[in-house]
Amino acid sequence: MLAPRAKRRPGHSRRAQLGLFVAYVAAVGAAIIGLFLIILAAVDPVGFGIVRGAATDASAPVSSVLRRGVMAVTGADDAVSAYLDAGAQNIALRRQLAAAHVRLVEARATEFENRRLRAMLKIVQPRNDVLAVARVVSSTATSDRRIATLTAGLNDGVRPGQPVRAPEGLVGRVLDTGRSASRVLLLTDETNSVPVREVRRGTPGIVTGDGTGGLDIRALGTGPMPFRRGDLLVTSGAGGLYAPGIPVAVVALVGADGARALPLARPERLDVAAVLPAYRPPLLPAPAAGAKKP
Amino acid sequence: MIGPLRLPRRDPYAPPWRVGATPVLSTIGGSALSLLPIVAPWPALPPTGFLMLLGWRLLRPEMWQAWIGAPLGFADDVLTGRPFGTGMVLWTLCLLMIDQIDTRLLWRDYWQEWAIVAAALGYSIAGAVMLGWIGGAESSLRAMVPQYLVALMTFPLVLRLCAFLDRWRLRQ
Repeated sequence: MLAPRAKRRPGHSRRAQLGLFVAYVAAVGAAIIGLFLIILAAVDPVGFGIVRGAATDASAPVSSVLRRGVMAVTGADDAVSAYLDAGAQNIALRRQLAAAHVRLVEARATEFENRRLRAMLKIVQPRNDVLAVARVVSSTATSDRRIATLTAGLNDGVRPGQPVRAPEGLVGRVLDTGRSASRVLLLTDETNSVPVREVRRGTPGIVTGDGTGGLDIRALGTGPMPFRRGDLLVTSGAGGLYAPGIPVAVVALVGADGARALPLARPERLDVAAVLPAYRPPLLPAPAAGAKKP
Repeated sequence: MIGPLRLPRRDPYAPPWRVGATPVLSTIGGSALSLLPIVAPWPALPPTGFLMLLGWRLLRPEMWQAWIGAPLGFADDVLTGRPFGTGMVLWTLCLLMIDQIDTRLLWRDYWQEWAIVAAALGYSIAGAVMLGWIGGAESSLRAMVPQYLVALMTFPLVLRLCAFLDRWRLRQ
């Protein structure tokens, strides 16, 4: 733009020279304080969680008000495309409904059987009470982390570490909380790992976010890739935190060295989410030989 | 980047609060864009706060000292949800580096400006990811490439916005 460079040379004035020097010292000092804050947050995440929580409390209402309008816009393309292929969709849906009805009856029978078997084994199921149901209002859209803001906090009984789910499936876990809002580490964050199993064969695995909206699946154990396209993954409950049986993702792509899955609760469509208590695996009574498989 | 440019002169009757506050508030406003109610599955939004800072710095080199990066960077940390300190460190160091470049270059032209913006954006986006690793994040740089390109393409618009605001703040 051919702008002349900044007139930063102070010339011979002692006062101007000193002023410039002080400004640079202040800048370097501020940068060092910033670095100190980052390290301090890494050393003492709990203390910084409180500060962060206050910031979340302050910013959540802004997003909350605007969120409703966005949900209406995001839903519009679905509504339009549903109209366009209504006929073909109608036939397909009717066929699916018939198949699903049979499955539903079968599932009811299985559920009944399960309940009886569980009663026989006297396994105490941990109660999955919902702590809070709240709106997901925004996320760190600029940052490399995938963290969403939820409009429930300490006052609603939300604590860091608790799992969060939507009707469709698992959303993530609470990272830190303010009084009335909290931040949720989404499944798609690269730091978040969730132990899962394939729903039919029970193949265990671990899903990790890939930072671009998908999930990477790693199979536990050696051998060829056990997952296939379309496989449904649910939480396995291994290691606690996430209760078993929450739907997580569906396998979308299987390559030579790994598989990719898409989360069932798509972050951009999230409206409401429920906070669940952190899951603690039940202490089983020593099972008799042969009664090992649940 | 916005063609042959005559920077507007300050009108003597321009209210001082408007002259001083416009750049600061517009930069904070850029950071606040990430409060938009989008739940993004990937880093979709360019770092608008940092873009505004760059825009003002390149348009008005004499306006700010480098320390302004600390308070504005802190506001960005609060609004975008990055670990506190990330913006303070990155923004201040970036302004110091641009100061150094300015003492070495006699004139700035279009392509030098692009080069400065490209380097500064790469530095700030990659730097934010790397500073996150201290806090235990495991993000990769790969996911940030689209955001980098989008941010680079957005910059001319941001500079135009800065020039528009500049004209507005300096007039009577």
